[in-house]
Amino acid sequence: MGNDLLPGTLDMLVLGSLTRGPRHGYGIAQHLKKISEDVLDVGESSLYPALQRLLLNGWVTAEWGASENNRRARYYKLTASGRKQLAAENREFDRMILAIQKVMSCA
Amino acid sequence: MRLIRRLLYFFRQGRQAAELAEEMDFHRQMLEQESGDRYTANRKMGASSLAREDAHAVWFPIHLDSLWQDLRVGLRMLRRSPGFSILAILCLTLGIGANATVFSWIEGILFRPYPLVTHQERLAAITGTARGEAGHTGISWPDLLDLQKNCTLVDSFIVTKIMGTTLSLGDRAERTLGSIVSANYFDAIGVHPILGRGFEPGEDAGSKAHPVTVISYQLWQSRFKGDPATVGKMQRLNGIEHTIVGVAPEGFLGTFVGWGMQFWVPASMEETFEGGPYKLEDRSARWIEAYVRLKPGVTLEQAQQEMSAVARRLETDFPATNRGRGMKLWPLWQTPFNNAGTLLPTLGIMLAVVVFVLLIACANVGNLLLVRSFARRHEMTVRVAVGAGRGRLVQQLITEGMILSILAATSGLLVAHWCRHALVLLFPARGGVAMTLPGEIDWRVLALSAGVCLFSTLLLGLLPALQTRKIDLAGALKSEMSGVVGGAHGKSLLRSTLVVLQVSLSFLSLVGAGLLMQSLQRIRNLNPGFSTKGVLETAVDLRGAGYELQRAIHFNEELLDRVKALPGIESAAFARNTPLSYGSYSSSPIAVDGYQPPPDEQPTVEYNQVGPGYFSTIGIPLLSGREFTRADNETAPPVAIVNDVMATQYWRGEDPVGKRLQVKGQWRQVIGVAKVSKYQSVRENPKPFFYLPLRQDSTAGTALNMRTHLPTETIASALAREVHALDANLAPYEVITLQEQMDRSTSPQRVAVTLLGILGGLALLLATIGLYAVMSYAVSQSSRELGLRMALGAGASDLLRQVMSRGLTLTAAGITLGAAAALESTRLLGNLLYKVSPRDPLTFASAFVVMTIAATAACFLPAWRATRTDPARILRD
Repeated sequence: MGNDLLPGTLDMLVLGSLTRGPRHGYGIAQHLKKISEDVLDVGESSLYPALQRLLLNGWVTAEWGASENNRRARYYKLTASGRKQLAAENREFDRMILAIQKVMSCA
Repeated sequence: MRLIRRLLYFFRQGRQAAELAEEMDFHRQMLEQESGDRYTANRKMGASSLAREDAHAVWFPIHLDSLWQDLRVGLRMLRRSPGFSILAILCLTLGIGANATVFSWIEGILFRPYPLVTHQERLAAITGTARGEAGHTGISWPDLLDLQKNCTLVDSFIVTKIMGTTLSLGDRAERTLGSIVSANYFDAIGVHPILGRGFEPGEDAGSKAHPVTVISYQLWQSRFKGDPATVGKMQRLNGIEHTIVGVAPEGFLGTFVGWGMQFWVPASMEETFEGGPYKLEDRSARWIEAYVRLKPGVTLEQAQQEMSAVARRLETDFPATNRGRGMKLWPLWQTPFNNAGTLLPTLGIMLAVVVFVLLIACANVGNLLLVRSFARRHEMTVRVAVGAGRGRLVQQLITEGMILSILAATSGLLVAHWCRHALVLLFPARGGVAMTLPGEIDWRVLALSAGVCLFSTLLLGLLPALQTRKIDLAGALKSEMSGVVGGAHGKSLLRSTLVVLQVSLSFLSLVGAGLLMQSLQRIRNLNPGFSTKGVLETAVDLRGAGYELQRAIHFNEELLDRVKALPGIESAAFARNTPLSYGSYSSSPIAVDGYQPPPDEQPTVEYNQVGPGYFSTIGIPLLSGREFTRADNETAPPVAIVNDVMATQYWRGEDPVGKRLQVKGQWRQVIGVAKVSKYQSVRENPKPFFYLPLRQDSTAGTALNMRTHLPTETIASALAREVHALDANLAPYEVITLQEQMDRSTSPQRVAVTLLGILGGLALLLATIGLYAVMSYAVSQSSRELGLRMALGAGASDLLRQVMSRGLTLTAAGITLGAAAALESTRLLGNLLYKVSPRDPLTFASAFVVMTIAATAACFLPAWRATRTDPARILRD
């Protein structure tokens, strides 16, 4: 579940899942689950608030469109400032992982 | 950006919620499809209503849904402790009510002073200026016409000159105020008569050419009983029959701060009311008071630039009359020729002081809330323990603050509503005409009061909210015992800070009130240069009764003989103007042999026209020469008496008696030097001034001065009999002593002192209550410590000293802070101070003593209670 992630990580993962193009909420959840080989199973109680946060910050925009099975679905698209934010979070995340690895290797 | 997005979300809440529901529904159906069964899908999704709330909360972190619940809890809390609630609401009512009242005064007197007049934000006052002289002058009619022709940034010039007449109602003569106005007046201010018409173009030209008048609604009701056929009737004003052409709408009072107008006449009738020669073609007669209405979007500075350019052109075109003359625009609230100017500093200071009172009141209520939040610590802790977020707690506390503020704001606005016309009560009627100083509670006042309410809500809600940060769940739940020493430390610091703030603010108010009181005292004790005791003053308005000049002079001489024959009258004399009255003096360009003025200046000096025996009657000493006699009449050689300041300035200290003085182009012989006295205001600096004999300046005196030792009432009734005997239709005005006249002229000071005294007292009272509450609370909280100390042998006096010293330390800190603030800020009292330094040590010392006594009293009761602690009981509990 997303709740166990480091704070702010879910927002980064959602942003990351949108780099290849717009996805709807269900699509994002599926994508995260598939890529992480079922480790990250994000429920709507964390996914939708996270999407609202991204909207509020202007990192994504939402637009209604047709889904694969021709149903109405809301697609989220990365904005320019969203891309910038993702890059910044990526760097920060790498730094953090490196730091954690260093500490753990000394433990 | 985030704020804008938040707002967009807020306005499309319904649609946003529907969209969110739809997309979550889609999500759920996809999951169902994937797993093939609804149960798994639901389990995986979790509670979707919670998710929706969480998603909504991202945008709008305030829990609106729970607001109603908070309101109910808050109201229940208030009902449960009525003592607290009443005290808190009372404190806040005082704070908010005082603010709203002063807002309504400022709005009604300074910013929107003229009921029914449209677009007052584009009105500005205009006056003339004279190079090398401070202050302002009137404007001449020809200059005004030239300004009107050449100023492109101004919509209209609105002439409005206050004057008066006497209307008799039965056997009582009543002073009635009116305005001499330009013909465009009613159109330009956007006020339309309810009956008849306003003035027509051209009615403001020609000498006495258009005897027409528009009367006020009030006059229409009182004299004409609201008769619809009033228009077209005749009304005698100053001896001339005027046709009533219109009736102004109800509530329209004209355009003069302080007094309501009862009738209006066009400028062509000016001579009838002001006397003297025809002025509409005289460029040197600067008699007009006027406003301009700026075109939309034009700033005062732009208009001023254009105005000054036109004035410079007039200077070159008409050097004889306009050399050194300029034009100046004033924002409406600084209008120099009505009471706006005198009230401005008073209202400014009031505004500062009511803000102090509000802050002190908020600090008091904040303190009360802190005490309660301490008592509710357990409740808060339990709430946190069962899962309330800190945000929810803060919201609950702010809601409670809001309930208090809204209740207080409502009652505060009621207070303001009752007090909105109260300012006028502090001003005495002058010359029998009561002032009108209406407050105005409009949307701007309401909005400001709402702002004050919001401010106090946040202050009140956030103070206890600060405490929720310190809630230590485990610790607090474990023990019921309030940790006085450790836990309460932060809070007692906050409470102490509030008390220090209160003490400093009320000290500041005390110093302000003290300084104004000292000024008033100095003004009261000031020697105006004439006798204030034993001299009575009154007036008979002959022009208003339609007397021609010769008839008026004859009447006055007869009346004077009769008055002098009255028992108890030592001497009596007429003058055109009484010192320190509202009426303005005449002024004239002067020339003196051997005195060379600077090249671009025209020396102009004010003068009064006085009758024989004036100086001995009013008690102005003559330094040399003689005073006017009956022999100084129309046929005698022209003479003048100058004051010593003028002698020094123009004759460089030589005795001017026997020398020449040119007044209005005519040479006169100086026959005496009078000692300088106060002419227009007690606060004016000694200035050059001269006197002409009444009979040599073709004017009839209106002000009658009488020297007597008899009481005012005796003289008043005797005088009324004499006037009545001469003309049954006439009655004199109110008879007053010159002391009374002087007191009336200092009413702005007295009003400032009264108001600041009231508010200063209020501030002191609130601060004392605050100090008392803090000390009582401190004592009740440390009863265990006090008991221990007693058990260990501390005497009552030790405890008394300990508690007192704590309270007095707070007081000392507050006084120090307040004194530092006062040293920096009292100079802002500026004009209201008279011969008192803004850092007057005596005032600071007095404020210190008063504050210390109040603080000692506030601390003593709790301290005394501390000494009554029963150690045995405390230690047993």
